[in-house]
Amino acid sequence: MVVGLIPADALLDDGDADRVFHALADATRRDILARAIEREQSVSALARHYEISLTAVQKHVTVLERAALVSKSRSGREQLVVANPETLRRANTLLAAFEQLWIARANRIAEILSEEGEKR
Amino acid sequence: MTVISSITDAEQLRLELVAEFDASPEQVWGVWEDPRKLERWWGPPGYPATFTRHEFEVGGESRYYMTGPEGDKHFGWWRIDVIDEPRHLAFANGFAGADGEPVPDLVPAAGIVELESDGGRTRMLVRTQFVDVEQMQRMLAMGMQEGMGMALTQIDALLHGVGVA
Repeated sequence: MVVGLIPADALLDDGDADRVFHALADATRRDILARAIEREQSVSALARHYEISLTAVQKHVTVLERAALVSKSRSGREQLVVANPETLRRANTLLAAFEQLWIARANRIAEILSEEGEKR
Repeated sequence: MTVISSITDAEQLRLELVAEFDASPEQVWGVWEDPRKLERWWGPPGYPATFTRHEFEVGGESRYYMTGPEGDKHFGWWRIDVIDEPRHLAFANGFAGADGEPVPDLVPAAGIVELESDGGRTRMLVRTQFVDVEQMQRMLAMGMQEGMGMALTQIDALLHGVGVA
């Protein structure tokens, strides 16, 4: 695998990446994640924002947790949901890398076209 | 500035990039159609592409490889699905094994190119639709050694934006 300048730990292995993208493919989970990024909060506090059962919210949190996007911690009787910025960073790295590849490609196309323009 | 905008959509596994060139649509079409031009921009610096086959017609296939600094070779293939010269191109882009032939069961990514004339210039939209993350990662592994310093900076900025970093 060609990793070049990319730190190896910036990459997800295939299984990890699948879990991350599956987790982010649901609007409610993205919303839960956005709220957890703002500040850590309990599952029951999160559940107040949605018209689904507490159990359903817990299931969403579990999917996010398996993807390592959030982690859970206990505070007394409450379960707190905390965002995991390292995994978010990795998921975005994949997309940003591809974006950079295409920006560089477009710039090389511009160079080829400008050379052709000079020859005419 | 060549690239006007780009959108990455993690949810849809899609990248959309719009660039503008000081050239006619016919000239921009040429960098896709002519394999000798195509191989000058497809592979990143240090990984030049060589197209050994490039059938630029509907149903036509291409075979290429990129040669890394250690002489390592990375094989890929295209299949052209739609051609409307010089406006629209749709193709599948997949991974090939060491024999240069497509790896069965590895679904290719879909590429769409749209060219639009804009007062003597040409606007090019390229949309890449990935099917699954495995495909996306393999594709990145072939050509991502470039520009990553910049990409990581952008990610830091992005995370700052949502209060994470």
